[in-house]
Amino acid sequence: MRRLLFAILLVSAAAIGYEILLMRVLSIVQWHHFAYMIISLALLGYGASGTFIALLRRHLEPHFTATFALSALLFSIAMLLCFVLGQRVPFNALEVVWDRRQFLYLSAIYLIFFVPFFFAACCIGLAFTCRRTDISRIYFADLLGAGLGAALVIGALFMLLPQNALLALVGLALTASALVGLGSTMQRPLFAVQFVWLLFVLIGIPEGWLSLRLSEFKGLNQAMQVIDARIAHTASSPLGVLTVVESPTVPFRDAPGLSFGSRHVPPEQLGVFTDGDALSVITRYDGDLSKLGYLGDVAAALPYGLLESPAVLVLGAGGGSDILLALHNGASRVDAVELNPQMNGLVRDTYAEFAGHLYNETRVAVHTGEARGFVARSETHYDLIQIGLLDSFSASGAGVQSLHESYLYTVEGLREYMAHLRPGGLLAITRWIKLPPRDSLKLFAIGIEALRAAGVEEPGQRLAMIRSWNTSTLLIKNGDLTAHDVATIRQFAQTHWFDTAYYPGMPREEANRFNVLDQAYIHDGAVALLGDDAEAFFSRYKFNIEPATDDRPYFFHFFKWETMREVMALRKRGGAGLIEWGYLVLVATFIQAVIAGCLLILLPLAGMRRTWPEGTGARMGSYFFLLGLAFLFVEMAFIQKFILFLSHPLYSVAVVLSGFLVFAGIGSAYSARLRRRSPAISVVGAIVIIASIYIFALPIVFRQFIGLADSVKIALSIVLIAPLAFFMGMPFPLGLKRLADRAPDFIPWAWGINGFASVLSAALATLLAIGFGFTAVLLLALLLYATAAFTIRDW
Amino acid sequence: MKVLILGLCLITCAAAAQDFAALRAELVEEVKYFAELDRGTRAGTFSDSVIRSLSTVERHKFVPQTELRSAYANRPLPIGHGQTISQPYIVALMTDLIAPEESDVVLEVGTGSGYQAAILAELVQHVYTIEIIEPLFSTATIRLDTLGYDNVTTRLGDGYYGWEQHAPFDAIIVTAAASHVPPPLIRQLKTGGRMVIPVGGRFMTQQLLLIEKTEQDEIITRQIAAVRFVPLTGEH
Repeated sequence: MRRLLFAILLVSAAAIGYEILLMRVLSIVQWHHFAYMIISLALLGYGASGTFIALLRRHLEPHFTATFALSALLFSIAMLLCFVLGQRVPFNALEVVWDRRQFLYLSAIYLIFFVPFFFAACCIGLAFTCRRTDISRIYFADLLGAGLGAALVIGALFMLLPQNALLALVGLALTASALVGLGSTMQRPLFAVQFVWLLFVLIGIPEGWLSLRLSEFKGLNQAMQVIDARIAHTASSPLGVLTVVESPTVPFRDAPGLSFGSRHVPPEQLGVFTDGDALSVITRYDGDLSKLGYLGDVAAALPYGLLESPAVLVLGAGGGSDILLALHNGASRVDAVELNPQMNGLVRDTYAEFAGHLYNETRVAVHTGEARGFVARSETHYDLIQIGLLDSFSASGAGVQSLHESYLYTVEGLREYMAHLRPGGLLAITRWIKLPPRDSLKLFAIGIEALRAAGVEEPGQRLAMIRSWNTSTLLIKNGDLTAHDVATIRQFAQTHWFDTAYYPGMPREEANRFNVLDQAYIHDGAVALLGDDAEAFFSRYKFNIEPATDDRPYFFHFFKWETMREVMALRKRGGAGLIEWGYLVLVATFIQAVIAGCLLILLPLAGMRRTWPEGTGARMGSYFFLLGLAFLFVEMAFIQKFILFLSHPLYSVAVVLSGFLVFAGIGSAYSARLRRRSPAISVVGAIVIIASIYIFALPIVFRQFIGLADSVKIALSIVLIAPLAFFMGMPFPLGLKRLADRAPDFIPWAWGINGFASVLSAALATLLAIGFGFTAVLLLALLLYATAAFTIRDW
Repeated sequence: MKVLILGLCLITCAAAAQDFAALRAELVEEVKYFAELDRGTRAGTFSDSVIRSLSTVERHKFVPQTELRSAYANRPLPIGHGQTISQPYIVALMTDLIAPEESDVVLEVGTGSGYQAAILAELVQHVYTIEIIEPLFSTATIRLDTLGYDNVTTRLGDGYYGWEQHAPFDAIIVTAAASHVPPPLIRQLKTGGRMVIPVGGRFMTQQLLLIEKTEQDEIITRQIAAVRFVPLTGEH
């Protein structure tokens, strides 16, 4: 039994490890869209295996150990093969608006990565089914494995490249297979296959199988096509794979928003790509700031014209470009924050010489941390807080970030930054411009909202914006802009051939002089947003430019269903750039989850005998369906909410997933002891009370503790998740217990219906969060829980 | 037997060429139709010469074999190495924006498949085109040579500094994305010349940046929307 328990632990660890690893890998080779899909397809694997075991239980039970060992072996094999195969599907996210085949490719990826989870779930499901007397110990091993797996894979990603971490997971599953296979009826043939597979993994994997095949349209791949470009350095962690590219023949010349009138050319630069995209550059610097003349000619230099030797905070240091911008333009001191310590290491150590020991300058202090957390815990006030371009132009233009939670650009975020400005200080945010405007107007709307929330009655007196042909720079002043400020802004814009988009009292005819748009879109939009009819403007505008908040932190989500038909019709007339396709991929993910769930979970059950009492199907079906939706709604909302607290989506996924698994499991085990007549109602009551408290308390807790060390924040997150997850683990087994007494034949259906609901809720929860916010998703989940309890009130 | 096979091949080729010609004619009609829908905007005024060039250049000879079936679809297509051949509608619009004349000398930065260069070559005296991706450069050079475009000169290298030796240019088309417009290119534009840069991600051009150098050597830039689209409802 010990061997079996250990094997279960290993399989469970490998399964959740694989889930997290896939999110990482697919973010590298494609973009961010797959996180929800991976959660959904892992659940599909578990749901389908439940149906599979229910159908074949009589045949599988006599051969439990052999079947377990075989499933674990197939899990090990599938992890590697599906990793290789999945990357060979020619899915191109950028082509979805042009080519319907892309949706087929997306489905192919979904089905391929479903397979390993199916086999992993078979192992766990078989153990539950065939070793019923040891269910509590099996449960414990399963949950412990899940918790360990999440921690292990995150730890491994600090030391190993993702593809090497994959091999470790393959090894875990193979070990599990070997442990159980030893005493099985098929010991010899199993051993032979295990041995061959081990040899293959150790020495036989063909070259190229393990390499990550980045989309050819990602920035890194594009840069590597250029003559003489070469990868000079690579560093990897769960926060991202950093790739440094040298391009001596055709140098990087990153200078967004450079004036047409500039006579300066940027010096030599190294390109640093995060996960194959999001270009940041390290600029050659020898201590002579006069060689960086181009930094005086970019739109982002505007705030320096209004401030004398400012103390500056740069949020998002990247390769140090904005620090150089600050130094070149006369900053007296620069604090800079960067999330990824390896990025800081590149500038500080690896390329210290190239970067002119920039991070050792006496005026510069670089901190590792998340921007919001750093600002929240900082007691320093600055003359200027600057947020530069942290994403690449191509990524911004291609709409690949539309599902990306960004807590940097929210109303609460901007309020936090503004609270750290000295009197007369400036918050300056530069964004890429899309036309018709999206980012720039949304940011302006966020600025207005943040100022109003801070009690400013006339936000228009504190805002100014200029634009180059491809960037906009927004200024928010701590205090009203003076006539001298306005004159300086106008002078700066005119000298550099930039257009003013807004300043207090700006005449419309000034809005469209140097870089002429069809209309003075941004100025008109800014004026409308400041007016009394801002709400009407939001609703009439064909893109979603309503302010992003911590509850709906989707700054890059501009999609509106009302505009969908019109822009789709325009794509062949050059209107493809109007389509926010990232959201469509999420919708497609939801649709394919519904179809796959029906085909792989529910349809196979249809052939089973139905001998339960009349009325059971509808009521218990609803109960388990509602539970499936509600549980995942809470879990998904927590994953997205905890990104703010834990700084990175991957940390949030690992902590929330494993926290919910472990504590829901403990709650589930504890539920067997409940003796009350209708325990489900009390349990749901507890869930509603705790979750309701969290809706109000979590933002306060996050704000209070966001500045703590990652390890402390992870521990605190688990403490926060534990009580809610504990109670959320109970309604399902309580329902099963009722079924065992009254309608045992319905049990496979209960599993299947619950699994089906879970599969579709991963994408559905995100769709709802984007549309209505996390609070709405949580409230809906509570309503679903309450309805579920109501449906079985008299059972 | 050999004669029979050769004959069959020739018939097949001729039939395929005829198919492509018909598809090309359909594509041109579609482009004209869409342009007509945008009449009154800058996007809706393609000159006859641009349309003629679009009708003449065989796009199927510029796309990879795998994309042959979509050669005359009005959409961008991947051509390998992370690059695309632009949507024909956008090609027509870009070409039209530089208002090409027979005596013009044009610089293109980013040869890609060579399709845009071929379209221009039908309209102007000479096209100089620079590519930074070696395989694309080689393929495009051979392709343009084979198709008889002897008024196109290709070069492998960095387009940032333009092509000083042949400057100034009547027009410049920059198809490669950049974070800023290279100042040397602006300097190599003739007085009265025009430069066009498509803005946006691959497969989805957002708008076109048109840079004009006035007689007074002033720079005027315009963002040209490829399509009539009013961002507010109720303002069509």
